[in-house]
Order: sequence, then C-alpha cells, then structure tokens
Amino acid sequence: MNAPASPLLELRGCTIRFGGLTAVSGLDLAVGERELLGLIGPNGAGKTTVFNLITGVYRPAAGNIRFAGSSLAGLRPCQIASLGIARTFQNIRLFPSMTVFDNVRVAFHLHLLSGIAHALWRGRTFRAEEESIESRVMEMLEIFRLGRHRGAAAHSLPYGDQRRLEIVRALATRPRLLLLDEPAAGMNPSEKSELMRLIRFVQERYRIAVLLVEHDMHVVRGVCQRLVVLDYGVKLAEGVPEDVLRHPKVVAAYLGEQNTPRRAPAAPAES
Amino acid sequence: MTEFLQQLLNGLSLGAVYALIALGYTMVYGVLRFINFAHSDVFMVGAFAGYYLNRWMPSDSMAGGLAILAGSMAFCALLGVVIERLAYRPLRRRSRLNVLITAIGVSLLLEYTGQFLFGAAPKPFPQLFPVRTFQFAGGLIVSTNQLAVLVLTPLLLAALHFIVLKTRFGTAMRAISFHPVAATLVGINLDRVISFTFALGSALAAAGGILYSLNYQSIDPLMGVLPGLKAFVAAVVGGIGNIPGAALGGLLLGIIETFVNGSRWSTATDAIAFALLILILLFRPAGLLGKLEVEKV
Amino acid sequence: MMPGRRFLLLLGAVAAGSVLSLQSHRINPYFLDVAVTVAINVILAVSLNLINGYTGQFSLGHAGFMAIGAYIAASTTMFWAPGLLPAASSPGFIGMAVFPAALLAGGLAAGLAGILVGAPSLRLKGDYLAIVTLGFGEIIRVIFRNLESVGGALGLNGIPACTNLFWTISMAALTIYAVTSMVHSTYGRGFTAVQDDEIAAEAIGINTTRYKITAFVVGAFFAGIAGGLYGHFKLSIDPRGFDFMKSIEIALMVILGGMGNTVGVIIAAILLTLLPELLRPVAEYRMMLYSFLLILLMLTCPQGLFQPRFFRRLLSPFLRGSAAPAEDPPRPA
Repeated sequence: MNAPASPLLELRGCTIRFGGLTAVSGLDLAVGERELLGLIGPNGAGKTTVFNLITGVYRPAAGNIRFAGSSLAGLRPCQIASLGIARTFQNIRLFPSMTVFDNVRVAFHLHLLSGIAHALWRGRTFRAEEESIESRVMEMLEIFRLGRHRGAAAHSLPYGDQRRLEIVRALATRPRLLLLDEPAAGMNPSEKSELMRLIRFVQERYRIAVLLVEHDMHVVRGVCQRLVVLDYGVKLAEGVPEDVLRHPKVVAAYLGEQNTPRRAPAAPAES
Repeated sequence: MTEFLQQLLNGLSLGAVYALIALGYTMVYGVLRFINFAHSDVFMVGAFAGYYLNRWMPSDSMAGGLAILAGSMAFCALLGVVIERLAYRPLRRRSRLNVLITAIGVSLLLEYTGQFLFGAAPKPFPQLFPVRTFQFAGGLIVSTNQLAVLVLTPLLLAALHFIVLKTRFGTAMRAISFHPVAATLVGINLDRVISFTFALGSALAAAGGILYSLNYQSIDPLMGVLPGLKAFVAAVVGGIGNIPGAALGGLLLGIIETFVNGSRWSTATDAIAFALLILILLFRPAGLLGKLEVEKV
Repeated sequence: MMPGRRFLLLLGAVAAGSVLSLQSHRINPYFLDVAVTVAINVILAVSLNLINGYTGQFSLGHAGFMAIGAYIAASTTMFWAPGLLPAASSPGFIGMAVFPAALLAGGLAAGLAGILVGAPSLRLKGDYLAIVTLGFGEIIRVIFRNLESVGGALGLNGIPACTNLFWTISMAALTIYAVTSMVHSTYGRGFTAVQDDEIAAEAIGINTTRYKITAFVVGAFFAGIAGGLYGHFKLSIDPRGFDFMKSIEIALMVILGGMGNTVGVIIAAILLTLLPELLRPVAEYRMMLYSFLLILLMLTCPQGLFQPRFFRRLLSPFLRGSAAPAEDPPRPA
C-alpha cells in the first residue's frame, strides 16, 4: 500500500532546524482522504515537529505543505484550522478554566454566523444559532460519554476524559483531517482499547482522515491502515503496518544497531 | 564640546544610579521571574535611611559618608529579605500576576508608610561627603557627588560581578535562574538563595538611593516611583535577567534622558524611557543582551 | 425583532437612571458625588475586566484611555461643537445633544488608541505586557501635558457640567450589558480561550490577534466614555489625574473582584470607591490600611474576593446567558 495518488495533505521536502539541530529533514508525507495513517518513530524522531509544521506553529525552512489542493505556506494556525485541520496535543491543552461544555462550544466558533454585533443585540438569529450550537455540543458530548461532566471545569476531569474531550473539541471544528498526538499516552490497557474503538468510530462517522502519532504499537497496529516511520527527522520506511514493523531499518532504529533481532518491535519505547 | 562632555557626565551619573536599581530588578527576575514593584521603594527607603543615619551621626568626612552608605545598604538588605519572606514567599506557587499585585501592594505600603512616618513634603538631603567642585579647562564642572557616583558604582558593580561569578551563592543564583527545579535537585537551598538575592538587590538599591539623593538633594516618600520605573525599563532594555545588560541599559537610558532633557523636547523626558521600552520590546523583545524563551508546544 | 432579556434589563437601568436624575435635587450632593464616582469606576473596572479578566491581557494603561476620552469629550463640548454650531451653545442643547456626541467621540478616540496599545499584546505576555501598557498610559499623559491647546500641565478648566446620574447610570448599564453580552456567547467564549491557552485557541481556529485587539478596543472605548463622564463631572481635568496609580487602582478592582467575574468586579469597584470614603475618619492611616489590606487579600484569597460560583447562583436569573447549561457540581481533580 503506497502513498495516495491525490492526497488530502501533502508535505514535500519539508525541513526545519532548531539552532544546529535538523529536526525534520526533507520529509515527504501524504495523507489520503479518509485515511488512517500512523506516524511512528523513537523519541525525538520529530513526530510532534511534523504536527507543528502542518498546523503552522512552525514554518518549514524548506519544502511546502499543501492541503486540499492549496498551499499552507505563510498561513497562521487559525487559518489552517479554518481550512479543516484539527489537532490534539501531546501534553493536553484544554481550556482549563472553562467548563467541558464551553470547551466544545468555543470550537464551533469557526462556523459561526453571528459575531459581536449579534452577541450585543441578542436577536432571534443569534438565539437560534446559540440554541442549535448548544444542542450540537450536547449531542457530541453524549456520543463521547462526556455529557454528565458538561458543567465541570475541564481541568477537573480524569486524565482519560481530558484526552477524549480534546478529541471532541477538535472534531467540533468540523475538520477534514484530524491530527492526534500520542492519544494513548498515560492510558491503561482498557482505556487504550476503548481509544482504538473511538478513533475508528470517529474516522467512520465523521468521514475524516486521521494522522496518528503514537508510541504504543498495539494501538498503532489496531488502528492504522498505513505507517510512516521517522527517525532523526528522516523518513525510514512507509507501508502497511506488518511490513513496516519488520523492516530492518525500523527494527534497528527502535532497538539499536548492534544486536538487531528478528522479531518486530512489540511495544518499544514504553515511556 | 564642553557642553557635550558636561551632559555626558551628567548622563553617566544618572545612568549609574539607574544601573544600580536595575540590577535589583534583573536579579530578582532572574531567580523568581517576576517584577518586584516594591524595589523602587526600597530605593526610597535607602535614601531616608541615609538621611536619618546622618542625623544621628552627622558626617562630613569621606569615611563617615561611606559608613552611612554601608549602614543604609545593610538596612535595606534586611528590608528586602523581610519583604520577600512575608509577602512573596507565601505566593511562590501562585500565578505571577498575583505576585505582581502583591508587589504593587508592598510598594504602596512602603510609600504610604513613608508618607506617614516622614511626611509627604520633600526633605533636603544632607551632604554626606565633603563637597567640592572641580572646574576643568573649557568649563567642565565635576562635583564630588558626581565623582562619588562615578567611583562607587563601578566598585559596587565589580563586587556584584565577583559575587555572582566567583562565590557559591552566585553560582547557586545562576543555577536557579537557569532551571529552578534542577537547582533544588542538586541540593541548592532555594529559600536561602532567594533571600540572598533580595538582600543583594536591595543593598544596591539603597546605594542608588543615596547616590541619587546626593545629586538631587531632595528626598520624599514618592521619590522612588519614577526612577524605579525607569530602572526597570533599563533592565528590560538590557535584557531582563541579564546582569551586564541591566548596567548597560541603565547607562544608556541615563545618557539619552539627560541629552533629551537638555534639548528643546525637555518636557517629554519622562516619556523617553517608555518609548524606548516599547521600541525595544517590539523589535528586540529579549533586550539588548538577553536571550528569548520560546514556549514549547 | 424581539430583543433579549438582557436588553430589557439595560432599558430598565436607563429608566431608573433618568428617574433618579430628575429627582437628583432631593439627593444629598455628597451622596450624589459618590454615586457618580462609583458609576464611573464601575465602567472603568468592567471595561478593563474584558481585557484583563476575560482575555488575560494584563493591561495597566487604562487611565491613558480614560485621559483620551476625557480630553476629546471636553474639547468637543468646549471648542469643536460651539465652533461648528455657534447658534446652539445653550447649556440645555449642550447637555442633551452635544454631550452624548462628545462621549461617543471620546470613546471612539480611546478605542482607536486601543488598537495601538493592544498591538504589543500580540508579542508580549504577563508582566512585560503590564509594564508596556503602563508605559503607553504614561506616554499618553506626557502628550497631553505638552499640548498647550488643552491647557498643558495646568489642565483644562471650565468644562460644562453635563454629567448627571442619568448619563452615568446609563453608561454603566450599557458597559455591563455590552461586556457580559459579548462574553456570554459562543463568539465571546473565544476571549476566555485566548486567556486559557493561545496555542490551543489558534488550533481550533480562533484568531487570537483579532480577539486581543477587539478586547483592547472595546475596553478602551468604554474607558474613554468613563473619561468623558469624569471630565464633565469634575469640570476640570489635568494630566496628573490620569497617572499610572489610577490604572493600578482600576486593575485592583478587577483583581479583587476576581478576574473575569463581572459581578465581583462591579462589587469590588463599588467597595474600593467607598472604602476611602469610609476610611475618612482615619484619614492619616487610610492609604496605609488600604495597601495593607491589598497585600493581605492577595495572600489569603488570591482568586479575588468574590468567588464566582456563589454570586452566579445568587444572580443567575439576571446574568446567565440563554445558552449556558445547568451547572453540575465540579468533580474533584
């Protein structure tokens, strides 16, 4: 299985350096429509940097990124989000002082018809829109079993719920591509299998593409249709999970060069 | 030419005072990452300490003046430690804004207590050192008070430099400003180093207060507000948290201000510092010698 | 078109203001003065709360906006309007027709300055931003001190006495209405999102730049109006009245009220205005006590005096936005 012919997201020759360190070097990456692509690699391989490049937090020193046919060069993160790329963060970034409900509600912002003037006048259109947003937020919270926490402050949720809420918030922007940054980190096995179900469900129900950065190989295998392996900012391998995880370079990258064993990395880099 | 030299000299002696105050801001910022608003009032207290010490043991000899300077520095060092202990330490884990507001509160408390104890009216500041003025060829005038500033400030800066770079406390201070958690992990006593930093910064502010008053000859409880703000600006201009930067920023600001004050835009003098601050922060937010911290995503 | 319940409350406040204003000759002039000062401070604190409390951009330059509003509004009633309409310089006409236009002009001028002062917030945070906005406020003050056409350092005297209870109460009600309406909407949650986490806010498509500048412009607009009211109330203004101590005083109201808690901020504005009045008997210790209380409050309840939950429940029928859901008890972390 190879890179899609007409991808939704396409990185070409992307490079970024921090001081003397080349974090990502000449990376080509493509995500197809409704594809579930995994981006894996040892710690410090540059996976999160790739996310930051795609979402405009960093600007590539070289190369370009195209999404749905248009270039993302020079766009601000909020503009990129408005084109249909949503993400979660490795170290959860909810809006801690806001309620669970408001965390999701504010993400409807992008598709809002009423602005300041409507909020000030509070006429019928405004109230109708607020009501429809409210019901859509509640619907999403119920689907992801967060409904009963709706009035709680986001920072007071248990860890797993916070991760889930971050995914709901990202989905509320109605993305075409969802970037998940280590969603399984810190989860126990039962939470992990629930997360796998969740990711597959999201991809099917909202008909979106998902780019997943994850260390847990069980989750990666269970979810991803295709894998890209990154090490020291360079792409090592690409293909279906079974092949990629047996690829000698990949095994070497995970377990070290000297004693390359035959077996695939079962669950490397348990951090 | 003489005019220029005279202005430069005046600018240097004003700048030296700014530098002394700025060092306190920058050192506290370095270890605690907050603006100690009350620092400008420690400067004021330093001047008043000098005033009252002189009333108890009037001095017009060199040694007497230095003794009063040392006494005032010691008093303010203590004051700085007490302020940190009572007002800032309980808030160390709180948001920086809370600490900032507390600092404003401490600043107001010192000012109003000063007005209550010393009265709001300005007091004439005594001559601590024997007064003499030297007139050079071409008309350049240097007073002993200016000389005191120009000699004592470099000495104090050198002492600070030695403490920060060569002593254990200095090393600990630098370690904390790099990484407070790692510093405590290697066994540095955070509380003691922070107290020490406050003592050091406050002592320098007291020295600044006395040297400033020697040249302006009038002190009042609100005298610290404007020089304090400007010294803070000097610290930011030099790169906050950076000790040579604070000295550089102070001198620069003092010189620029003096020249503007001598020009036809003299009424805008007080705005110069802020205009400089805004320009620096917009074009070189880390300051002249500072390094920028970037948030990790 | 049916306006919302909030709007009716606003109209109610305006009506109450006009009744009180008509009866104002029966009110003790001292109380009248205090009431007008309270209302002006409420406008200042609530408008700063949009910038500091909701959007998290700690600004200490509010007195600068107030100064702009005061000077522009006073210039309008004193110089510009009589210049344009020499026939219409009767006090009644100035009070009812020119004055609102003057307030608006003051507000707009301050709002324009808000763009300039808000710009550094795009690059600076926290105490750095605080000090830069403080610097802006001081620069504005120095500019007015050097403008001889508005009296320079001596200030501007002989401003017509247009401010009355009607205008101050109406404007305070309008400010509260505008800020709470903006904030209690899906659009307005964006302000809090910017405060909580800018990177996450951008990631869900919130233009943090636009939100910050909007907060500064709207906040500055109302501060400008407050300045206009202040000038036409004190009848003389001078640059010293708008120094950074005034900015700090307004910021204190916001902090004591609990940042981003409009009801708390209103209460704090009222209390902090009354406190110096109440402390008059101990005038000598007054400010010492005041600053000591401030430190004590920061040490004991850093979240502000008025915890939002208590007051929100108390006043929920008046303040709750139509879209807010019922509040579940928060879970322990």
